[in-house]
Amino acid sequence: MGHQVATDQGLISKPPAAPSVRGRRGAVSAFFAPKRKTRLVLLLSAPMLWLVVAYLGSIGVLLTSALWTTDFFTGNVAHTYSIANLHEVYTQPLYRNVAVRTISVALLVTVIDALIAFPMAFYMSKIASPRMRKLLVVAVLTPLWASYLVKAYAWRSLLAPNGPLSWLTGGHTPGYGLTATVITLSYLWLPYMVIPVYAGFERVPRSLFEASADLGAGAGRTVRSVLIPMVFPAIAAGSIFTFSLTLGDYIAVGIVGGKTQLLANVIYGQLVTANNQPLAAALSTVPLVAIVLYLLAMRRTGALENV
Amino acid sequence: MTTSVSAANALDADNPGEPEPRIRLRGLRKTFGSVVAVDNLDLDIADGEFFAMLGPSGSGKTTVLRMIAGFEIPTAGTVRLGGVDATRQPPFRRDVNTVFQDYALFPHMTVEQNIGYGLRVRRVPKQDRSRRVGEALDMVRLSGFGARKPNELSGGQRQRVALARALVNRPRVLLLDEPLGALDLKLREQMQLELKAIQREVGITFVFVTHDQDEALTLCDRLAVFRDGRIEQLGRGDEVYEAPATRFVAEFVGTSNVISGEAARAILGADATVAIRPEKIRIVSPGEAVSAGDVSVTGNVREIVYAGAKTRVVVDAAGVTLSALLLNVATHAPELQRGDAVTLCWDRGAVRTIEA
Repeated sequence: MGHQVATDQGLISKPPAAPSVRGRRGAVSAFFAPKRKTRLVLLLSAPMLWLVVAYLGSIGVLLTSALWTTDFFTGNVAHTYSIANLHEVYTQPLYRNVAVRTISVALLVTVIDALIAFPMAFYMSKIASPRMRKLLVVAVLTPLWASYLVKAYAWRSLLAPNGPLSWLTGGHTPGYGLTATVITLSYLWLPYMVIPVYAGFERVPRSLFEASADLGAGAGRTVRSVLIPMVFPAIAAGSIFTFSLTLGDYIAVGIVGGKTQLLANVIYGQLVTANNQPLAAALSTVPLVAIVLYLLAMRRTGALENV
Repeated sequence: MTTSVSAANALDADNPGEPEPRIRLRGLRKTFGSVVAVDNLDLDIADGEFFAMLGPSGSGKTTVLRMIAGFEIPTAGTVRLGGVDATRQPPFRRDVNTVFQDYALFPHMTVEQNIGYGLRVRRVPKQDRSRRVGEALDMVRLSGFGARKPNELSGGQRQRVALARALVNRPRVLLLDEPLGALDLKLREQMQLELKAIQREVGITFVFVTHDQDEALTLCDRLAVFRDGRIEQLGRGDEVYEAPATRFVAEFVGTSNVISGEAARAILGADATVAIRPEKIRIVSPGEAVSAGDVSVTGNVREIVYAGAKTRVVVDAAGVTLSALLLNVATHAPELQRGDAVTLCWDRGAVRTIEA
């Protein structure tokens, strides 16, 4: 026993090697550990810079420029303040028509995507086998990797007056126009609806559906009273994508829309073709107001509380 | 509703003159791919019985419960409820309600809405509905909690809401899938007593799935011990505990000392496999004579585990390890030390011959 005690003491008297290594490795953490405010500033400065300067700043510039005017003769921007542009945008029947048409298209695309995504996401999450589920997730996500233009042009050739759709249906094709725009935009934004709704269903345990059936509810009742309320926040989240992306789109409209003009086309026209940047800025307040109103409406339903 | 009339009149084919039992399972089988979850199972459960299905996880007990509820369709065999073939009936047509393991309360509804869901679905008039919801809340002692959401309740309260939500529909059978599994020990013991009282009050059939043998023994009138998709033993709680039929039951329901082979020949003078409960084994005090009807064996104390009410003494004797459970009646723990030589003895009648 005496021998063992001696060995123990020998061990203790040796200088400990480990702490010095740990000291060097954790030096940065150790330096910042007591400085809570410094840490917070370092963590938040980059996102705050992005949000305040790049995002809110540019919106501020946009709104300010809506109040400027252009010199009728030279086309140069004159920094004299006037609400003439805004007045024109919100009173001219032409602009009002375009605004109503655009918001209607955005709502229609949102409803179509929700109607397709709901059963699809339910199948993916609750019915499909694990293998099938993976395949479907890949199938939904892969189109996002393809170029937007490729997909829009694909629809252009699909819907062409003598294209495949026309050939298959014996001449029944919507052709280029508002209908084609709605179809193409619904297709383009569908993944943005399917993925949140799928994630929403993933969070709902299967036992809730079983409980509903157990308590006497048939399929329709369970969909109405359990499924839809449970995934409504997810549908709302997806609808913010489909709604706002549609409001801002002008390329797909240009490709399959024929003569159809949506707000973004008009803004683009004012900015690039007519060289009237203040009027374009005034016009762009319309989708901005629309999306703010939409977000407020979603918030009123309580859909954004648990996202 | 003609089915329920004929149900009341249906006679038991196996017992002429008697009505058929509430639940009758015949040749029930369920496979998932190549896995046999339930294998050719026959079982009758009577009206008003508190029945426990006990077994380790994967023994098929929950699958049987889910087939009674209608969540799984049997691969073969029949489920009869109250004399009616319900094998392929969807859950919402069965006069059966379930308390789920995770409670499955609807998070977007209040407690009242959760409990009233089944009544609303069945179009019970509003006045009637709120009265029955109120009664159900009283029964589980949650009056005043009706306006809360499930996430504002504790685990025990959620459990009681789940119970009320099922019972408010006045089903003929209540199925409970490990309903107390998520609760801590004290609360679980309290809920066991409440469940027992509620079952006595409503008088309907309770079928209870659990892997906790204490819980099964505490609650049930009869129990079935499940193993690998089959019923290993079926009977009253005390029957199964006192007279386990197999080694599996002897070791799963309570603990048992199993003696077989060489040790059995040495101790009992017989070539058999037997089980003896630790609490039936006594330690012979020095100078005490072993009575004629008793079996005795001498060995050495390997371990003494003091556990408050009881002390477990582990003894190596005749090539086996025997565990004796002594009630600490005296204020001092038995004065034993590891390595002491002791004589153990038990009544010959306490030994059960089991299938190996």
